[in-house]
Amino acid sequence: MNVRETGRFAWQGVTANKTRSALTTLGILIGVAAVIILVAVGTGSSKAVQDSIGALGSNTLTVTASSGGGGGTAGGFPGGGFPGGGLFGGDTTTSENATSTRAAELTMDDAEAIATSDEADHVLGVAPVVSATSVTATYDGASHDVGTFTGTTAAYLLIDNSEVRHGNAFTDDDYTAHRRVALLGQTVAEELVGDDVGTIVGQTVSFNGFQFEVVGVLAEKGSTGPMDSDDRVIAPATAVQDTLSGYGALSSISVKATSADDVTAAQSEVQAILDVRHDVSSADRDYSVTSASSILEAATSSNQTFTVLLGAVAAISLLVGGIGVMNIMLVTVTERTREIGIRKAIGASRADIIGQFLAEAVLLSLFGGVVGVAAGLIGSQFTIVGVEPVVAPYSVFLAFGVAILIGLFFGLYPANRAASLRPIEALRYE
Amino acid sequence: MTGIAPARPVIELTGTTKVYGQGEAEVRALDGVDLRVGHGDYVAIMGASGSGKSTLMNIIGCLDVGTSGRYLLDGIDVRRLDERRLSLVRNRKIGFVFQSFNLIARTSAQRNVELPLAYAGVRSAERARRAAAALARVGLSDRADHVPAELSGGQQQRAAVARALVTEPVLLLADEPTGALDSHSTADVLALFDDLAVSGRTLVVITHEDEVAHHAKRIIRMSDGRIVSDDRQVGVEQPPPRWRPSRAVVW
Repeated sequence: MNVRETGRFAWQGVTANKTRSALTTLGILIGVAAVIILVAVGTGSSKAVQDSIGALGSNTLTVTASSGGGGGTAGGFPGGGFPGGGLFGGDTTTSENATSTRAAELTMDDAEAIATSDEADHVLGVAPVVSATSVTATYDGASHDVGTFTGTTAAYLLIDNSEVRHGNAFTDDDYTAHRRVALLGQTVAEELVGDDVGTIVGQTVSFNGFQFEVVGVLAEKGSTGPMDSDDRVIAPATAVQDTLSGYGALSSISVKATSADDVTAAQSEVQAILDVRHDVSSADRDYSVTSASSILEAATSSNQTFTVLLGAVAAISLLVGGIGVMNIMLVTVTERTREIGIRKAIGASRADIIGQFLAEAVLLSLFGGVVGVAAGLIGSQFTIVGVEPVVAPYSVFLAFGVAILIGLFFGLYPANRAASLRPIEALRYE
Repeated sequence: MTGIAPARPVIELTGTTKVYGQGEAEVRALDGVDLRVGHGDYVAIMGASGSGKSTLMNIIGCLDVGTSGRYLLDGIDVRRLDERRLSLVRNRKIGFVFQSFNLIARTSAQRNVELPLAYAGVRSAERARRAAAALARVGLSDRADHVPAELSGGQQQRAAVARALVTEPVLLLADEPTGALDSHSTADVLALFDDLAVSGRTLVVITHEDEVAHHAKRIIRMSDGRIVSDDRQVGVEQPPPRWRPSRAVVW
């Protein structure tokens, strides 16, 4: 008995009752299609999250102080400073405390050290960030509470993937000269002058009473969740410290890696530089470096759980389809008891009979698998609950493979039962 | 195959018994049967229902094994064979013809006849050739592509005979082969059997009809699991008693 003969007998068996075979196949079909579509939805939503995080700059790192240490750091910033070189007592300890509680603060010198280090090969740009809170902008009778007011260097725009739509960005000269110039986000500009945001360029806007000249309006970034990314103002850190924030520690340092792949390398480099400066090791770090990719990782892992859950639900339907195959094969074996008897009488061996019925079960699940893959691929073209599914190739192979295995597994019992029939009893069966 | 060892009987049953059930419910379907059937013989086994003739046929056909005793089929001790070898013996040594034809439904006569060859592992082209030849012998060449439902009872039985013969078995075993046929078809099939006997085939026919039995060279009657009579009508080398030379098919 060769494979072709076995296949032909199985085909005859399957086509003998087309409606029944089609319905049995449907169970497998739905299971396979469900696995492919649901995993595609999971993958799609995960990709959507990745894209939105990627838009924020997947190759940026943010260094923040992680514990509020004692405050001995003097925020002196007398001219020059970053990028010309800060005169900052970065490593200050409280003099009256002999146990030397280190101030967990980031300084302009920290930022500069990263920027000027020879070892930071994977760092493309560095920008210190000082934040001013509760800032109200007023212009020509209009006022607006600014969402975020950032004091930084010109390099920040590059790191943040921000572009200036109207006017120009401020320069390193503006920074060094403590010039009170500002870039407005789209929302802030709209609140102050209405839709024609370009007209505010060159005007002077008052922030908590301090006059800043608007040199440009930033291109829209859009919103991520409840946060309006365009409700912001960016100004030179020097001017911000002079006026709104005071000369405290930096709220963070933004670092841009040379590429998304180099984020980890850049992170280690930043850590190596800061560990030396802060005299800490990985065990007692007083700052933390977070990357968009670490946020991405967290988001991805929760998404993976979601995908696995969806896949598991689909897998159960595939299993149910498999039980359907077994059920119909048992019916088939009973119905064809006499045929089995005839085949045995004319010389079919146990293996021949097992082969025939196993092939029949696999044929059913193979059909279901093929059509299910087609249905899954077609179904994945549509947007489902706001998610554009992305077909994961592994899910196609997995679903198809499992469908075949299910045919084999659930076909084994009925086939074995057929092969175990004694020929005289099978021949007597009516 | 018949020429290999003419001295060796096709069937050699010694003290064969078959017991169903145990204790009070014990039924002795066969009670010490001795039977030798030589090559070229045409034997009819007769008996009322319950006489043990069906049990005897199952044992001869290797569909069942006796409780005790010895059975040599063409010199092979069947009791020692495992299931796989038993199916091989059924395939190579025996051709079955059943009362209800037992062709596989929705499968053409040609495919039905090819089936034993398929199980024997014969290649597709050779199979088709041999099946076509077997169908030609039983006069069904023009019906080769018909499925059983499209054939008359007599034609189905002829297809079944072709299927039984296609592997060139040493024994053709027929169980009430005319039981489901009208008189015309019965005559057809019996004439076919006569021709087969003339050509040297060994036939064992189980029947309860005298009309069928009178075609055989030897009639064995059974009752209560025993052979009660064994009458030879003509010698093994002679043609069967009802054979008509005019109807002979060159084989």
